[in-house]
Amino acid sequence: MDILANLAMGFEIAASPYTLLLAVIGCFVGTIIGALPGLGPSNGVALLIPISFSMGLDAISALVLLTSVYYGAMYGGRISSILLNIPGDEPAMMTTLDGYPMARQGKAGEALVISGVASFVGAFLATIGLMIFAPYLAQVAFQFGPAEYFALYMLAFCTLGGIGSNNQAKAALAAAIGLAIAMIGMDQTTGMPRFTFGEMHLMDGVDFLVAIVGLFAVAEVFFFIETHGKDSAIGVKLGKILVPWRMLKDTTGAMLRGTGIGFVAGVLPGAGASLGSFLAYMAEKSSARDKSTFGKGNPRGVAAPEAGNNAAAGGALVPMLTLGVPGSGTTAVLLALLLTLNITPGPLLFTERPEVVWSLIAALLIANVVLLLMNVPMVKVFVHILSVPAWILLPGVTMVAFVGIYSLTGSSYDMLMMVGFGALGYIMRKLDIPTVPVILGILLGNAMEDNLRRAMVLSNGDWTFLFSTPIAIGLWIAALAGFLAPIFLRKVLKTPPLPETDPSLNED
Amino acid sequence: MIVLALGYILSASQIEDSFMTDPVGPRIFPYIIATVMILCSVAMILRPDPDAEWPAGPMLAQLGLALLVLIGYAYAITPVGFIIPTAIASGVLSWQIGGRPARAAITGIGLGIGLWVLFRLVLGLGLRGLPAGWGI
Repeated sequence: MDILANLAMGFEIAASPYTLLLAVIGCFVGTIIGALPGLGPSNGVALLIPISFSMGLDAISALVLLTSVYYGAMYGGRISSILLNIPGDEPAMMTTLDGYPMARQGKAGEALVISGVASFVGAFLATIGLMIFAPYLAQVAFQFGPAEYFALYMLAFCTLGGIGSNNQAKAALAAAIGLAIAMIGMDQTTGMPRFTFGEMHLMDGVDFLVAIVGLFAVAEVFFFIETHGKDSAIGVKLGKILVPWRMLKDTTGAMLRGTGIGFVAGVLPGAGASLGSFLAYMAEKSSARDKSTFGKGNPRGVAAPEAGNNAAAGGALVPMLTLGVPGSGTTAVLLALLLTLNITPGPLLFTERPEVVWSLIAALLIANVVLLLMNVPMVKVFVHILSVPAWILLPGVTMVAFVGIYSLTGSSYDMLMMVGFGALGYIMRKLDIPTVPVILGILLGNAMEDNLRRAMVLSNGDWTFLFSTPIAIGLWIAALAGFLAPIFLRKVLKTPPLPETDPSLNED
Repeated sequence: MIVLALGYILSASQIEDSFMTDPVGPRIFPYIIATVMILCSVAMILRPDPDAEWPAGPMLAQLGLALLVLIGYAYAITPVGFIIPTAIASGVLSWQIGGRPARAAITGIGLGIGLWVLFRLVLGLGLRGLPAGWGI
């Protein structure tokens, strides 16, 4: 068994006491980040990349630490969904539908345990799926030339823009902004400076970490100032936590179905965890015999979306590792992490640096087990941390963002740029323009241009070369479909009403 | 909304001007991007979304203040060290979010010192705590 041998190698590297300790710390920090409203996996990992980098961790340790944070944040998102009715991050939104009613009925403990176990099932099985499918996809990816890669990048932008936002024009605009930012700096082929306006600092281009931290974390602070942090009141008492075995047994089917749906949604570029949990919930609801209890505290309504969202998080790693094309905001941040560590994801990664891939997978498995052990008995600790008021939390987050960037680059210029990106992120969110395509554009811009130019060199400037192979044509068609289909599907998909806050439950 | 989209077109055309100094190769891709931007702006004009609720008057001033504080912080951290600017900046932000000055001041000082201890002494990052020449 090839997979098992590789996995053993991965564990050999990743399972030292030191990395285990890092995994525990990462899971703990990640769960807190996920649980806090406003901070999700993307913000959390983005904040910690510069810090772990300037701490001088080697590639594997940093990878273990930050993937633990990533998975931890995915777990943590459910805590505030269930207790506060505020999703800690976007994918956790579906969990509020049945999780909060359960908490209102005094079953907060049960809801937390079920969602914890569902998260574990989803993430664990998805990691196994990643082990099985990623090598195959990597082999297919070997046949990709510049034209195919260019089409693939288009596909990523199109599906992300099509599915992830309400207005295609805005998503495309955001992607264009990101690509335009990526163009800043030295031109790779000719060595000519572009868009630097004579500014020395811009010669190296815009550091994507600066952009990510600014767009995600600093923009969040501006948002909080405007809303004056109107939340963080826990209205739900948490009783003694027992493991509700019967409920777990009843929800096993829901977890497994959610995992399957979530994984598939995650593998599709651009779909990501939010869609995974949404589809898992809708599927579970429509297949259930007692439809009317959904939205009123049905445990299966907690299990399915949690399994779906964590499975999608694992599934999203497949295209990211094999093709170097992230499918969602969080995997875009993880791609940034790999690039920072000087690891370029793609088909070659599996043959040239198998130790990285397999220790990453081993780290994911370790993180999952740690999270399950940590989340079920220790959930009370996290609940206490949730009561930290926003007026301490947000300034702290801002300062962490500054310290991270400062210790990485040591220049005021980068910090100013980060504040600028924060303001940009705030304005974009006000205009309902998604920020994730901007990040994707900055990350992929240079590779995209590079592939376009190489394709042009190969074909002597013949633009039809981009559509010359079956794979490329297929990708172009998929890209078009991904971009345009949601316009027509939106009416069908979005019609099931989402009871954001059920007024009848708040009255009692 | 339309004004904003026009602004985008304007900035896109400005970008186009600046390519003229480059050789032929590096221009094509940015041109494509600029075209996409213009198309999107036009689409946004033709089918405008409902306008977002923009903060007015005092709130705008608040946001401006936060922006100024953060910009000032970026400039201050190198000459003055970590603790003092952090205390001031996080104090101001805390006051803006939470509202009570005394509580905010304590938060600011606490964060300034606490984060410095965390980063410098626990994680070992290269931060200077106090203004240059003051020791640490």
